[in-house]
Amino acid sequence: MLSLNKIEIVQGSFNLGAHFDVTAGQKVAVVGPSGAGKSTLVGAICGFIDLRTGQLILAGRDITNAQPDARDMAILFQDNNLFPHLTIAQNVGLGICPALRLTSDETAQVHKALQRVGLTNFGSRKPSELSGGQQSRAALARALVQSKTWMILDEPFAALGPALRAEMLDLVAEVADETNAGIMMVTHAPEDARRIADSVVFVADGVAHGPQATAGLFDNPPPALKAYLG
Amino acid sequence: MARNAKPINNVTGIAAATFIVVAVLLAFVGIGLRVDSVSGLGPAEWQAIRFTILQSLLSAFLSCVLAVPVARALARRRFWGRTFLITLLGAPFILPVIVAMLGLLAIFGRSGVLNDILAMLGITKISIYGLQGVVLAHVFFNLPLAIRLLVQGWQGVPAERFRLSAQLGIGPGMMFRLIELPLLLRILPGTFALIFVICLTSFAVALTLGGGPRATTIELAVYQAFRFDFNLGRAALLSLVQLFVAGGAAVLVFWLVPSISFGGGMDRMQRRWDGQGRGARFLDSAFIFVAASFLTLPLFAILISGLRGLLEVPLIVWLSAWTSLWVALISVLVLLGTALPMAGWIATSRNGSVEVIGSLGLSVSPLMIGTGWFILIYPYANPTDWALLVTIAVNAMMALPFALRILVPSIRETLQTYGRLSAALGISGFAMWRCVLWPRSRPQIGFAAGLAAALSVGDLGVIALFGDPDRSTLPLQMYRLMGSYRTDAAAGAALILLVLAFGLFWIMDYWGRRNAIAK
Amino acid sequence: MKYSTFAAGVLTATSAFAETPILTVYAGDYFTSEWGPGPVIEKSFEEICECDLQFSTGDLVPRLLLEGARTKADVVIGLTSDVTAKARATELFAPHGQDNTALTLPIAWTDETFLPFNYGHTAFIYNETTMETPPASFDALLAMPDDVKIVIQDPRTSLSGLALVLWVDSVYGENSAKVWAQLAPKILTVTKDWSSSYGLFTDGEADMVLSYTTSPAYHMFAEDDFTKKAAIFPEGHYFMVETVGKIAGTDQPELVDAFMSYVMSEDFQTVIPTANWSLPSALPTDQWPEGWAQLPLPEKVLFYSEEESKAVQEKAIETWRATLSQ
Repeated sequence: MLSLNKIEIVQGSFNLGAHFDVTAGQKVAVVGPSGAGKSTLVGAICGFIDLRTGQLILAGRDITNAQPDARDMAILFQDNNLFPHLTIAQNVGLGICPALRLTSDETAQVHKALQRVGLTNFGSRKPSELSGGQQSRAALARALVQSKTWMILDEPFAALGPALRAEMLDLVAEVADETNAGIMMVTHAPEDARRIADSVVFVADGVAHGPQATAGLFDNPPPALKAYLG
Repeated sequence: MARNAKPINNVTGIAAATFIVVAVLLAFVGIGLRVDSVSGLGPAEWQAIRFTILQSLLSAFLSCVLAVPVARALARRRFWGRTFLITLLGAPFILPVIVAMLGLLAIFGRSGVLNDILAMLGITKISIYGLQGVVLAHVFFNLPLAIRLLVQGWQGVPAERFRLSAQLGIGPGMMFRLIELPLLLRILPGTFALIFVICLTSFAVALTLGGGPRATTIELAVYQAFRFDFNLGRAALLSLVQLFVAGGAAVLVFWLVPSISFGGGMDRMQRRWDGQGRGARFLDSAFIFVAASFLTLPLFAILISGLRGLLEVPLIVWLSAWTSLWVALISVLVLLGTALPMAGWIATSRNGSVEVIGSLGLSVSPLMIGTGWFILIYPYANPTDWALLVTIAVNAMMALPFALRILVPSIRETLQTYGRLSAALGISGFAMWRCVLWPRSRPQIGFAAGLAAALSVGDLGVIALFGDPDRSTLPLQMYRLMGSYRTDAAAGAALILLVLAFGLFWIMDYWGRRNAIAK
Repeated sequence: MKYSTFAAGVLTATSAFAETPILTVYAGDYFTSEWGPGPVIEKSFEEICECDLQFSTGDLVPRLLLEGARTKADVVIGLTSDVTAKARATELFAPHGQDNTALTLPIAWTDETFLPFNYGHTAFIYNETTMETPPASFDALLAMPDDVKIVIQDPRTSLSGLALVLWVDSVYGENSAKVWAQLAPKILTVTKDWSSSYGLFTDGEADMVLSYTTSPAYHMFAEDDFTKKAAIFPEGHYFMVETVGKIAGTDQPELVDAFMSYVMSEDFQTVIPTANWSLPSALPTDQWPEGWAQLPLPEKVLFYSEEESKAVQEKAIETWRATLSQ
């Protein structure tokens, strides 16, 4: 379970509060109007943004002040998910050892992960030689080897076309299921949320509302969400 | 980024900066231990201070003014060999001073090529000695720097702006006001300040071209106070004046100066639609031709006289070239060992004013550092055994301000782009350097290392102060050849020095740019 | 087998090395370069002393002042009479113990501390192929047109430059300022040291260079070039003598004494001319190397003793600086 215990984030005049729990293994979409603070919320959960008040509790452990890499979360950003000077295999390998010293077992694990996401022969290539979708797959392969309790995604496939995005979302869901991980994904596309999320966190007017079942929420949206969905 | 997610440890950076400050302070403490009395500055010293500031202002002003039309021409003309020419035009900046002097004299000297031509045309000869000579030499060394910073600025203007101007049919006057003037106002003040600081601490140029006691620089006055009167008090006082003036200007530099771009990217050419008139084309060609002649003819002169003297170069000169080589390589290691952690610290600290510490390398007198350390070392060890070590350290320190200017922006950008990813993956400390910062900044590291190596190879430096006769550097050996009537062999040694300096720079710069990944 | 011979050799070499006494000689940088007198002197002295002569280079007086009583020097070589006053004031030196009457200098030498080992005179050198009518006197030099260019050295950084201001002072005394004013337009540049000046002259930048009466000898005997001449002036030439001194606190007094006798020996004295391109201090003219006796030398030699030199130096330099600064 991930608990956001009365957290408050302040950045200049911007203010965001949240108080809710998310069950382990859940797939949660974070939606809301642009500028509402979706990315800020997951940034705080990942440890990139300090909390003004409140605690983050993950499986009974207080992670409020933990380093980003010590929070049991794998993260996919909008862009710059891969180091352009490292090969795909090295980029994935970083998920196992941040100093890139891999045993042969671990190298095999990297190759298996690449195989799983459909990049079998791409290990020795540089990211610039891959298409956008392939780059996302490589980042997913890394999340796979990281094998964390949570996968946090911040609009990772925004630049991809609809068909490819759907394909990637399915892959994310599969990877999460295989590693028994929960997902928390920022998106501004309701169809993405419908596609993989069990529940939705709606962010608007300085408040992140606790997760509600996806179908129920979208079928019967409160006024603020209704305004956003148009 | 959250306070609990620091990508790199600042301890080494702070330690390196502290090391620099302590090294400088220790030198002054060393001198202070032996100062009997501090007398005020006499008329000769005030004259030196005035002259130093005057020639630095003039040199900086002329370098900047001349660089504008040349950089503009280079930025907007496409021609065969442009990339090579731009590279070649950068050469004087890393040319060892004692080598450059030979080349400058061969072209601009009293019996140089230029005066021979003027004499044939029946025009009065020009003189390279005195204030104009010092300024000419300083412009020769620093014009390349000004040109490089300006070309870099011009090429940083988004192509869309030129397209828009062409689309709207904007004339040259408006073009200047809209695009070029803001560019110049942004880049020139810092460039001016940087060249001013470099010229302030110049020593060797005024030695030969000064023309007399009128043209004494502060650094030369320090040398005289030390050498003739052994007046350590006055030498220390003069050094403090120099530190104050140069340090003050250096602070300005760090507020104003654009970061120094590395060699790559200069060959990227923008399609331009302005300046297509015949007059503009002619002027641009003329500026490029004159600048190219001014900056490259002395190099050819060194090449020609050096080839003639090369056969007379004795074996010992080659041995000292070897010494210079490894001194330069260790200097580079020391430099990177200090500059990288410092650059990391500066790049992550909220205000970059720490970088001013790096400027100490430009502002302090190497002679004072050498003397101060001599005094400190002497009771415990034979300073002669430490001569090369001190030379290595001082050489690294001199290159530090340039290295920081080059490295900090690149490291800052890398941290901005990949800091979160690195933190998410738990890459930090040494692994951060090894896996992320080093490979991402390799072109800049190569460029800084090349610059440091070239500066180190060409520096006569503190080794002359307490050298070991059996281990001498190439500039010192060249100096000795000149002191033993062997001018031809000295010219040969100068050529070796030139090849060594350029070769080291080129190899390291090439290493940095090889396989450099597009951003 | 081979290995053991080698090892034995190394062992003997190191043990021999450990027993070899070391004589540390401070000398100017030019002195010890491959082309200076240092290597020849080192080799021939080591043959007779069974010691290891080690040169240490640098600016002599500043270095002695820095090191004081803790100096590692046993012998200091290359101090001219214009700086021996400063060296003497360090109180580091002991009597040289040699017989001054054996000296063959053109002046009388009575100093018991600093022993001359070579000498020369300040002189302006010219190239006779480019300068057809060289000045026949100092006055004539002053009267030459201003497009005749000379290069000189800074008296504050160079011993030859210092000798020049003393030369002018000894010839013109109170009128020195006027003389410098007349020379000023002819002075192409003032360099830090002798070598830069001389380089400018050989590159054809200047018509005349302040150097030594013995400079033409280098071109004659080393290069077969007879075009470089010293202009000899009837007003006289300033005498430049280089000395060697014994450090009182030496731990090798016998070696130092042996070195002092060696300096006065024919071996050393005959090496000096072609090794240092200067005149030997204790060798009759008829024993000079071939051709050296024919070198044109001044009849009148001007010389300030150490005390006189010390007394006028500051004022002479300031006159020089003030006049050339206008």
